[in-house]
Amino acid sequence: MTDTASNVPPLLTHTWSEGRALRNGVLTIGAWAVALIAAVPLVSVLYMLIVHGGARLSLELLTELPPAGFEMGGGFGNAIIGTVVMVVIATIISVPIGVLAAAYLAELGPDSQLGRVSRFLAKVLTGFPSILAGVFVYAVIVLAMGGYSAIAGGVSLAILMLPTVVLTAEEAMKMVPRKMKDAALGIGCTRTQMIWKIVLPTALPGILTGVMLGVARVAGESAPLLFTALFSNYWLRSLSEPTASLSILIYNFSSMPFDNQIELAWAASLVLVLIVLIFNVLSRLFGRAKY
Amino acid sequence: MLSQPFAIATSPDAVTHPPANFEYLTDRTFRALAMAAAALLIILVAYILWKIGGQAMPAIQKYHLNFLISSQYNVQELKFGILPGIWGTLYSSLLALLIGGFFGLSVAIFLTQGFLPPRLAFVFRLIIDMLAAIPSVVFGLWGIFVVIPAIRPAANLLNEYLGFIPFFGTSLSGPGLLPAAIVLAIMVLPTVAAISQDALNSVPYRTKEAAFGMGATLWEVILKVMVPTAAGGIFSAMVLGFGRALGETMALAMLIGNANQVSLSLFAPAETLAALLASHFPEAGPAEVEVLMYAALVLLAITLVVNVAGIGLLTLTQRQISGKA
Amino acid sequence: MTVVQPLKGEAPGKPASAKSGDLAINCNVSKIYYGSFLAVRDARVPINKGKITGFIGPSGCGKSTVLRSLNRMNDLIQGFRLEGDVHFLGQDIYAKNIDPVVVRRYIGMVFQQPNPFAMSIYDNVAFGLRLNKFRGSYDERVEHALRRAALWDEVKDKLKVSGLSLSGGQQQRLCIARAVATEPTVLLMDEPCSALDPIATRRVEELMLELKKDYTIALVTHNMQQATRVADITAFFGVDISKGGRTGYLVEMGDTEQIFQRPRKQLTQEYISGKFS
Repeated sequence: MTDTASNVPPLLTHTWSEGRALRNGVLTIGAWAVALIAAVPLVSVLYMLIVHGGARLSLELLTELPPAGFEMGGGFGNAIIGTVVMVVIATIISVPIGVLAAAYLAELGPDSQLGRVSRFLAKVLTGFPSILAGVFVYAVIVLAMGGYSAIAGGVSLAILMLPTVVLTAEEAMKMVPRKMKDAALGIGCTRTQMIWKIVLPTALPGILTGVMLGVARVAGESAPLLFTALFSNYWLRSLSEPTASLSILIYNFSSMPFDNQIELAWAASLVLVLIVLIFNVLSRLFGRAKY
Repeated sequence: MLSQPFAIATSPDAVTHPPANFEYLTDRTFRALAMAAAALLIILVAYILWKIGGQAMPAIQKYHLNFLISSQYNVQELKFGILPGIWGTLYSSLLALLIGGFFGLSVAIFLTQGFLPPRLAFVFRLIIDMLAAIPSVVFGLWGIFVVIPAIRPAANLLNEYLGFIPFFGTSLSGPGLLPAAIVLAIMVLPTVAAISQDALNSVPYRTKEAAFGMGATLWEVILKVMVPTAAGGIFSAMVLGFGRALGETMALAMLIGNANQVSLSLFAPAETLAALLASHFPEAGPAEVEVLMYAALVLLAITLVVNVAGIGLLTLTQRQISGKA
Repeated sequence: MTVVQPLKGEAPGKPASAKSGDLAINCNVSKIYYGSFLAVRDARVPINKGKITGFIGPSGCGKSTVLRSLNRMNDLIQGFRLEGDVHFLGQDIYAKNIDPVVVRRYIGMVFQQPNPFAMSIYDNVAFGLRLNKFRGSYDERVEHALRRAALWDEVKDKLKVSGLSLSGGQQQRLCIARAVATEPTVLLMDEPCSALDPIATRRVEELMLELKKDYTIALVTHNMQQATRVADITAFFGVDISKGGRTGYLVEMGDTEQIFQRPRKQLTQEYISGKFS
């Protein structure tokens, strides 16, 4: 095909002179730069948490109550307890309902009208603005109970946790091999027996992953708590009164012009981030299936 | 259900027998409960719409649609308008999407197109996931003490020399639109990155092979083949990222400045619907509370539309890909 | 292989007037549909007590479909519809008032892919016993079933180990043990050896000949030689493409010796001599 007059074989080696190669190199450098920039915020946040929050870490934080304006010292023991209590309430509400719904979506009615609409709405709910969960629970529970409470706070967190639990539990149950479920039915199990004896136990690690992820997500929430649990500067006495939480404490203190409160806000942030990261890591560990 | 026929035919010594009545009862009860739980999700969404709508009714009747286009917000005179809130919500989310979407997509490309060995890719993916785990308030705190001081000098420089451009129209004294948008972008990035990664990974290998086989450079393959093929999924990632930005509250409440004004300037303090709700509610009297409910309804409407569109798009593109592949 | 004697008090559910040559299942299928697709027509397959009935035929002939219809496992498939009737213990199991769960308590099934549960060997075998709230000695029954399945010697020291840790052939024998532990009236086996190596296959075939003494077995196999080795009665299914689709149907059925030596239908003759598979 080559003309004998212009018999020059094409150059196959690398060359920068060609525009395409240059563009390729520039874009690759650009991609690396972008990736590094994307990593900066996390490094910066962790740095601030460790330096400013870590400086204030002490046992006092667990035993003392939040300081008022001009006070020094203080801690946020009540806020930690409040966060834990409300997350536990949220878990108690969202896990049974979530697993039941997931059982329906994965086993009992996966292609039914109800199943498809329910699954779609669960996915939509994952992006639901957390503050609206607070507004909703305010309208339903706070107004009915006549005041702010840990229960209302827990319920609002449950609404936020539910979609995560449902969708991950559904995936975990779908991963149980079809043939195992056939074996259970073949031996004469009712559908419920198949789910309880085979599907749930086998899917348990995956379900726990979903629960951990849900907990990690809601432990750090603050917007819904503004409308449901508000805040308290005292130790928790009952579930039906305003309750402190780490996230609201950070929010309140961040706008105060006092160094003491700002330092405490950083310390509380460190504690909160540690809790969230621990649950994130736990969820990954649980995700290892045994077969 | 007559199970008696079999019972009569088999011997009483037999090991197997039909389920006891109790077992039938448990079976039916459990299945009913499971169905109820699935239905609960649907009922919950409906109830949320109904309740927030109901709470907003008094304010809707008093202030009508004027609420949406007025900028006045005066509690004493009972004159309310959330135009600044709507404007701020959309402007900040759009800005966050531009920045966060660009970075999110780039990170997704970076992670899926072989720029890093698997171990490093795993670590980097972990970093991005950790970013998603950081609570909004903590980002707000960080924004106040790191982002604002960091961009203030550059911002004021831009304002001094290029102040005639509306975007740089005011100086940055503290909270404002840009620091809020930057932090919002950081929160949107993991969402866009995760969904885009899925979209890019679901492009069939043979498509990539074909492009390389024709002698394209890596970036030509990425930009001319991979991204266009994954476009559906990437677009829905952007929509969902936008939806996430719209609903973000705390970081914005702490960084946006809560100023009741509409301005194009990136450095001026502004307002978003969510931040409005967060900052005004704790101290609101009954007259203001109903107004805030109306604002909540508007926010609900906007985010619901965007999220439904995003999930719908995602489901559609996933079906397309699995149908083709 | 040791011969295992039946346990006292066992009663595989024979009605008072038991005769060999009695039918365990009388299958009278006229049509089976998946949605609008006619998968099988005219499959009248009587399953004799105490014998092994083999279903053979090319792929797509409906032999597995018919087998799975015998214990209503096909109910799990969307759009499944059966016209005809299947009589078991004096009842048509497709009658409106029959609960498939009950049917499956009396008919056991071993599947193509070994599918032990994600639990210990002991718990796998005991599963059926626990399901039926058995009140006798579990240890005795588990050991008996494992001996029946020729697995006892290999696992007796590791009964608490997960069933999934066994080799493929062992897993399948575990599934057989699990199925026979509850003394089903009929045992259905859907290509039980197709996922196993030749040695494991041989062991399972020997097992089937032993099990025949106490159970009625219906076996689907894609391996003709297996049918000659193991089945007393053979049913040959073919594929009908005359109407544009692929519909399975029963071509002929009879004693294995007769089917393989003196087939009555041409199609049978062609299949047996390997003209198609």
